[in-house]
Amino acid sequence: MGETIIEKIVRNNVGRVVHPGDIVTVNVDRVMIHDIFIPFVAAKFEEMGFTKIWDTDKAVLIYDHLVPASQVDDTRHFREGNAFAAKYDMKHVHRSDGICHQLMTEAGYVKPGNIVFGTDSHTTTYGCVGAFSSGIGYTEMASILGTGTLWIRVPETIKIHITGKLPANVMAKDIILKLIGDLGADGATYKALEFTGDTIEQMSVASRMSMSNMAVEAGAKCALFAPDEKTAAYCEMTLTQKERELVGDTDAQYCQVLHYQAEDFVPVMACPSNVDKIKPVSELVGKEIDQVFIGSCTNGRLEDLMAAAEIVRGKHVAPFVKLIVTPASRKIYRQAIENGTMEVLTQAGAIVTHPSCGLCCGRTGGILTDHETVVATNNRNFLGRMGTSKVGIYLASPRTAAACAIAGKIVVPE
Amino acid sequence: MEKFSGKVWVLGDDIDTDIIIPTEYLALKTVEDMTPYAFSPLRPELAAQIQKGDILVAGKNFGCGSSREQAPEIIKALGIQCVIAKSYARIFFRNAINNGLLLIENDQLRDAVCEGDMVTVTINAYIEHNDNQYPITSLPQNLVEIIEAGGLVKAMQKKNGVC
Repeated sequence: MGETIIEKIVRNNVGRVVHPGDIVTVNVDRVMIHDIFIPFVAAKFEEMGFTKIWDTDKAVLIYDHLVPASQVDDTRHFREGNAFAAKYDMKHVHRSDGICHQLMTEAGYVKPGNIVFGTDSHTTTYGCVGAFSSGIGYTEMASILGTGTLWIRVPETIKIHITGKLPANVMAKDIILKLIGDLGADGATYKALEFTGDTIEQMSVASRMSMSNMAVEAGAKCALFAPDEKTAAYCEMTLTQKERELVGDTDAQYCQVLHYQAEDFVPVMACPSNVDKIKPVSELVGKEIDQVFIGSCTNGRLEDLMAAAEIVRGKHVAPFVKLIVTPASRKIYRQAIENGTMEVLTQAGAIVTHPSCGLCCGRTGGILTDHETVVATNNRNFLGRMGTSKVGIYLASPRTAAACAIAGKIVVPE
Repeated sequence: MEKFSGKVWVLGDDIDTDIIIPTEYLALKTVEDMTPYAFSPLRPELAAQIQKGDILVAGKNFGCGSSREQAPEIIKALGIQCVIAKSYARIFFRNAINNGLLLIENDQLRDAVCEGDMVTVTINAYIEHNDNQYPITSLPQNLVEIIEAGGLVKAMQKKNGVC
């Protein structure tokens, strides 16, 4: 019988055929720890009695949620992180290069077929290059740092097949939001998602990242795209035979198969304050807004900033609206300067912040208060995520967000 | 068979980790420092009202959202004996097990109880409320082993010979 992508990745890792529901111990190819949790990982690691990291080349420490510090005690996380990295000889530490999920693939830490865990729920992102990656807590991270292994339950797979050409005003973000709405916020809990179809094949790796990033908002354990030539170019590698075989077999068993026609998608938003409360933007038109946020590990990539620039070119943000743009990494920031994107955005009145998690985790760069409304390109609109619990957060694509910033209210992008 | 009773607090569906503990309090030094802010976006008064031995009852997808392990730790630090929800998000589920917070999955109790009611749990068997019994499914063996060791830290200490 055929296998899904996740079954192949796990089979290659453990050396035997696996089935959904099997509990297996995998050898971990790479781990990511970010600044919020490093003090806790460090404490648990020593409390457990470990004296060395199983493979110092395989652990990556990234400061992003607290960079630069916005509260007095934040720098303690950097000091404790630095001390841990020095004591245990960690090779890979990024202190201000961008958001963890952007850097893990951008800096080449994750390759197709890898098994990767991170202390962040959006670790599902690396499925964009055909890696099995998922979020865990700091206690499990400490145990991986010591042992190099973790138990997992092999997940069932939901296949999502999309065919056709997307309308010009629709982005990958609209697809994943629509899908989360259809599945529900727990519709893929404990399961893998697998994306196929010619629409997916045409999509850039950056767009695939937006989708794998948000898969966790439907509860998914991971979200996989078969590695192809686009993946190889992005990862600056040639795919091996084993990596090319990471596609879902035609006779593989899926617990659910969803089919979509690309032409049917429209710009959508996730309305306050649930990720699965999805409505077409056309039904929300006219709602006045106070702020727009374009950034995060979901939508802070070059193509996102360029899509926004295309919308705002030659125009200006509405008088009472603040447009906050946060590139996902320093590399993207520099590319956006070099290709003129930043020129267009700043001419239009954008406030550009340093690459980091920024407003997405509600700690810095545009915190809002009661009864204010923000259109944002990140991944969560939970109560209190960007300020007080009475802030209305509408999640949207960069194209929709940029159009709203110009109009000062919710509008359907051109 | 272990058996205990407690007064219930009732929450809805999709109680996310930003509700359990907002990001702005995650850089406080200890879990105890964070507990007064538990559930604050939804019910700011709740953390002060919860008493040791109480039981939290919720709808589906409890603990969805981020990987913050403070979420189950805070619930435990508040003195909650166990959570009974219709379903759990996967990272929260793993984190709770690793920290020895008992989670019970049951899709009927939530809609039958009122806040302040008493329920009785018989581990790996059933929940009793008024005159009704709700069955509990048992956990996979590898999770039972982690819980029996007293959580993942203790399991690793045993492996490393430091306890």
